[in-house]
Amino acid sequence: MDFELSEEQRLLQESVGRLLTDRYGFEQRTAYMKEPGGFSRALWKQYADLGLLALPFAEEDGGIGGGSVDIMIVMEAMGRALVLEPYLATVVLAGGVLRHAGSKQQRASIVPKIADGSLILALAHSERQSRYDLADVATSAKKDGAGYVLDGAKGIVLHGDSADKFIVSARVAGKQRDRDGIALFLVDAKAKGVSIRGYPTIDGLHAAEVTLAGVKVGAEDVIGEPGKALPIIERVVDEAMAALSAEAVGAMTVMHEVTTDYLKTRKQFGVPIGHFQVLQHAAVDMLMAMEQARSMAMLAAMMAAEPNAVERHKSIAAAKVQIGRSGRFVGKTATQLHGGIGMTMEYKVGHYFKRAMAIDVLFGDADHHLAMLAKMGGLLAA
Amino acid sequence: MDLRFNDEETAFRDEVRSFFKKSLPENIRRKMVEGKKIGKEDIVNWQRILNKKGWAVSHWATEWGGTGWSPVKQYIFLDEMQQAPAPSPLQFGVYMVGPVIIAFGNEAQKKKFLPRIANIDDWWCQGFSEPGSGSDLASLKTTAKRVGNHYVVNGQKTWTTLAQYADWIFCLVRTNPESKKQEGISFLLIDMKTPGITVRPIQTIDGSREVNEVFFDDVKVPVENLVGEENKGWDYAKFLLGNERFGIARVGLSKERIRRLKELASIERVGDKPMIEDERFRTKIAAVEVELKALEMTQLRVVAAAKNGNGNKPDPASSILKIKGSEIQQTISELLFEVVGPYGLPYQPEQIEDDRVNESPIGPDYAAPLAPTFFNWRKISIYGGSNEIQKNIIAKAILGL
Repeated sequence: MDFELSEEQRLLQESVGRLLTDRYGFEQRTAYMKEPGGFSRALWKQYADLGLLALPFAEEDGGIGGGSVDIMIVMEAMGRALVLEPYLATVVLAGGVLRHAGSKQQRASIVPKIADGSLILALAHSERQSRYDLADVATSAKKDGAGYVLDGAKGIVLHGDSADKFIVSARVAGKQRDRDGIALFLVDAKAKGVSIRGYPTIDGLHAAEVTLAGVKVGAEDVIGEPGKALPIIERVVDEAMAALSAEAVGAMTVMHEVTTDYLKTRKQFGVPIGHFQVLQHAAVDMLMAMEQARSMAMLAAMMAAEPNAVERHKSIAAAKVQIGRSGRFVGKTATQLHGGIGMTMEYKVGHYFKRAMAIDVLFGDADHHLAMLAKMGGLLAA
Repeated sequence: MDLRFNDEETAFRDEVRSFFKKSLPENIRRKMVEGKKIGKEDIVNWQRILNKKGWAVSHWATEWGGTGWSPVKQYIFLDEMQQAPAPSPLQFGVYMVGPVIIAFGNEAQKKKFLPRIANIDDWWCQGFSEPGSGSDLASLKTTAKRVGNHYVVNGQKTWTTLAQYADWIFCLVRTNPESKKQEGISFLLIDMKTPGITVRPIQTIDGSREVNEVFFDDVKVPVENLVGEENKGWDYAKFLLGNERFGIARVGLSKERIRRLKELASIERVGDKPMIEDERFRTKIAAVEVELKALEMTQLRVVAAAKNGNGNKPDPASSILKIKGSEIQQTISELLFEVVGPYGLPYQPEQIEDDRVNESPIGPDYAAPLAPTFFNWRKISIYGGSNEIQKNIIAKAILGL
């Protein structure tokens, strides 16, 4: 039982932290948001140079062979900096599908391009009606010779407007919410029949609605066994939730620091407002919410590689509940304790608040996961 | 980073678990599970079993009977004990005055008191709070005047838990009324049989009589019963209150109570199905389970920090253990009250006090202790420094506000 980072992990933490401290000031971030796709290609290249884009992939595929704790370290730092780049979309989500289900050739052709920053990927799975049900897939894949033809529409595809390639889920068999019958396909963003409507999200990141109309894919672009994709998607989404938990902890840490500083410097009635007990207790409540979230983000990271899928999912779902609740609470309280200045676009707290809210909503909010956890009998055996 | 216990720790956990399974008397275990009153005999009986095994004062220095276990093992021991569920060794002796005597007492005091604390030959109680000194403890007014080889103690203590059984009381008393309030306090050990001491019970809202008022009227205490130096008692009190880091969250106990809650929720019915399948109720249980899991992880972070020798600087994680631990215990006690519905209402103190009652209970046989426990457990966020005082401490010590 140990919560210490290894020497290598400490070095990773230091180098990511240093890069983001240098390159992700509030004004620099505002400038990156105005670039195409709403993020910095220059920084993306720097992540590649630092090895961050290769981090979770196997060495034989051109990766570094890092684990979920390494991803936690990177995501927490990215949460602190409120990073805009498509790390989750490309490395964790699409990369996760390739790691767990990609063929040797698929990994050999794609992983090196992710690692060197030349290829951006997005996972096009959720749909307008699916909400948080990962099995709800209406997009169809019909056999066409050796390949398939895809028809349907995907929604809130994270960084879909910047993706060079999509990993698309579509149904080869079964009814819309059946667990069986889902398959995964690699689809080029420029392929005939793919249309992409990109947009910024409330947290300053980007997503897209992606329509597929008679999109042809070859046999070589089928990932894994057709019809058996749901466990892969569930595993990758669990890993993404663990990563988001760490990101949320980074964001909460900054909100808490900034708010505590503000309480020490802002004066009203002739004293720093941090002298008032009602505000002190609110700041302590924020601290507790943040520390409980940090504990659960650590649990999520340590359970992400758990072979028992039910145990893995329960722990990570529990983490997502805590993260969602803590993130909302810390964000709301940080904004409230700042008063008017916290409401302004030019002050950083509100941006962190928006990201914390977005993280709660992604892949199932706290209420969703709590209900699912309850349905599964909770965490402790009776 | 690794959540798993190593082989040695796992073997230790199994050893501890099987010891509790084998050695905890069945009637005590059953009373713990059912939430019935654990009497003096139960605590003495159980602590002596533990002491015979060498585990009653596991966290003490080895020369005084401690085990020398690592922080991880200490944590496992407490967690398993709470889940057994077994009563704790008597807090006031084993976790409070014992460590103070070890750290600040003289050799004679150590030899006289420590073995008797370990074997619960003396029952100790705590004389800190006074009617006018609750959260503002340092304002205490009970005085001890030096007269020859004695202190003469006058004043009143209150909220003194289980003083009705006590052989000894450790007290904070004012020895210097002239100096600043924290600087004139001393730490005194007083024999409860000394003339001039009166104990009067206070009944709490649940109907139980756990706490008392203790009055001191010209009570003569030999000077050799002063711990450490005169007027340094406040430092020793802070040491005492800051001492308990591993057990205070009572994660193991809450795990055990949640299992009990699920057990009762699968017996109780709502409409045509068990409560445990009621969406609203099972979601409430899941919510507290998530909170508890987070607290357990927070607790493990604190334990791991202690293991790595980082235990001396204030860890933000440790400060939240008491607040969150108390909130979670209270929530669970509320759900246990809720689970029996209107059968939480019949007030049957005899069903809680004595497990050999002849009369059959009104309603389900598990119902009687649930509402009283809910009311009794409101104390958890009040004693040992209320949660609001804890927040003041965190705001100052950790946030620098």
